[in-house]
Amino acid sequence: MSALLSVENLSIEFRTRGGTVRAIENVSLQLETGESLGLVGESGSGKSVLSFAILGIQDAAARITQGTMRFAGQDMLARRGEAMKTLRGRELAMIFQNPRVALNPIRQAGHQIEDVLRRHTDLKGAALRARAIECLAEVRIPDPERRFAAYPFELSGGMCQRVMIAIALACRPRLLIADEPTTGLDATTQAAIMRLIRDLGREKGMATLLITHDLGLAREFCERLAVMHAGHIVEQGPTETLFRASAHPYTEQLVRATPVGQDRLENLAAIPGNLPDLRRVDLPHCRFAERCQRGDAACASPLPRHALTTAHLVACHRPRLEAAA
Amino acid sequence: MLATILKRLLGAVPNLIGVVIVTFLLTRALPGDPAAFFAGPAGTAEAVEQIRVKLGLDKPLFEQFFLYVRDLAHGDWGNSLATGQPVLTELTTRLPASLELTLVGLVVAVVVAIPLGILAATRPGSWIDHLCRAVATAGVSLPTFFTGLLLAYVFYFLLGWAPSPLGRLDPYLTSPPHVTGFYLIDSLLARDLEVFVSAAKQLLLPALTLALFVLAPLARMTRAAMLGVLSADYIRTARAAGLSGSTVLFTYAFRNALLPVMTTLGMVFSFLLGSNVLVEKVFAWPGIGSFAIEALVASDYAPVQGFVLTMALLYVFLNLAIDIAYGIVDPRMRLHA
Repeated sequence: MSALLSVENLSIEFRTRGGTVRAIENVSLQLETGESLGLVGESGSGKSVLSFAILGIQDAAARITQGTMRFAGQDMLARRGEAMKTLRGRELAMIFQNPRVALNPIRQAGHQIEDVLRRHTDLKGAALRARAIECLAEVRIPDPERRFAAYPFELSGGMCQRVMIAIALACRPRLLIADEPTTGLDATTQAAIMRLIRDLGREKGMATLLITHDLGLAREFCERLAVMHAGHIVEQGPTETLFRASAHPYTEQLVRATPVGQDRLENLAAIPGNLPDLRRVDLPHCRFAERCQRGDAACASPLPRHALTTAHLVACHRPRLEAAA
Repeated sequence: MLATILKRLLGAVPNLIGVVIVTFLLTRALPGDPAAFFAGPAGTAEAVEQIRVKLGLDKPLFEQFFLYVRDLAHGDWGNSLATGQPVLTELTTRLPASLELTLVGLVVAVVVAIPLGILAATRPGSWIDHLCRAVATAGVSLPTFFTGLLLAYVFYFLLGWAPSPLGRLDPYLTSPPHVTGFYLIDSLLARDLEVFVSAAKQLLLPALTLALFVLAPLARMTRAAMLGVLSADYIRTARAAGLSGSTVLFTYAFRNALLPVMTTLGMVFSFLLGSNVLVEKVFAWPGIGSFAIEALVASDYAPVQGFVLTMALLYVFLNLAIDIAYGIVDPRMRLHA
């Protein structure tokens, strides 16, 4: 069986006044039905650009220069415009960070759900309203009939995120992209929202792509991880493999920078250096080379892609191979 | 809701009292002496003095003010010295002319500026965006009396497309029976198409002059508000949900952009009431603006005070209307009683 979502060798550029930003280069990833994949990396590594491109809502300045994207066997790059819009929201859905500002501030929560249902289904009138209330109930919003008429400013951040999840899941999509869904929420609400996304994903057999810079969150939630650095996926594999036996130096450092259990702040290691400027003409093949402590002369040649196991891929000249065993 | 409106109206009372005091003092402080003006250049010092006593201008300022307020409280806004008519009658017969002109100008401006602003915002860098910028620049840099004269010169004098810029109707037609005082509406109510067409033709140039003046701030604000809203997170959410382009643009973006546009609309409406004064002069429009200018030149106190008070009342109602409209568009702004 082919994967639900399959991205092959995707490259995206932004043409700006300051030069061409090579935001995404040669990115490949697969997502199976019902699977949860975590896309992790620091801010600016291209996680959001990639997810917007999957939905087809990338910035007007973005150019997809190469690669393919297939969803349930259909070529998505060929389905631009109206055809893509019917897929978006029905088969593929997305939720965003900062839920309080990600909902239309002057439209009742229930009406925002109705808008999506009206677009993708034939429901009308009372049936439409009933289904919208059902959607609110599905995301465990207490007293959904009353909350239907609430405006976002009348709801807490957690409630707003539930409403956004209700909008995303209204048409029972097969893939949910969650872009930092817990940013801007307090810690207890974060846990509740993540549990909700996981439970709903399991109930409905929905695949989830979780985009986050929080490796700890991704570890709890995802079966597989893909690590992004400066527009490359440097390593991907089963979550526990990446934590116990990371092969790429960047993953290794990310793991060391992630608090586990009783870790004290001084035990956590910051990663030296910054993401390289993606407008540079002399950008090295390995975009991590300038921050890497393991690199040598060989790192100047084009990046290899090693499959350490069938599920564990790494793009590095000097992977920590003993870890793969 | 009704209680809130009443409360707002009561809250405007101190403002109106302030307006009454300030206009009274300002008219008295202005150079020029109405008694001397009406005695004429040949009037002797005695004649001037007689007129002054007759007008009550010899009394102390405080007593004059007291008499003025007492008359106002009885609904007497004083008489115009120039026409001999009560000021209130003059204003109420002339106000519909000004309002009709202002509203038509405003509607024309809104109908052009809002689509222009939306198109410019959705197609940044396109020709329509440049057009929007050009219109905005031209609109702010051309004063109304200049555009008014220019339009009259080109469309009346050179091309002969527009009727002579003299008032609200062709001089050979009689005005429609008074119902609302708006000729466009009254002529339709009387089923008099000839008068309607004539009234519309006469309105065209002065309304266009006013429209050009307020087009600029409206188009610019619409464009800026739409650009801001279109980059908002909730627009991305709406797009991610696959909503159609028109739903995103109108239900999600435009309704949110409407708030700053409405604020600007309220502001330009008050600009319009002010710039009416000049446009009415250019087009011999029998509105309250040209009436006030004539009174000001003659140091005719009562009409000037009446005019300013009318304007103040209009502002009060305008602001109330804008606040109510805000509440309709934005639930966060609903007036709370």
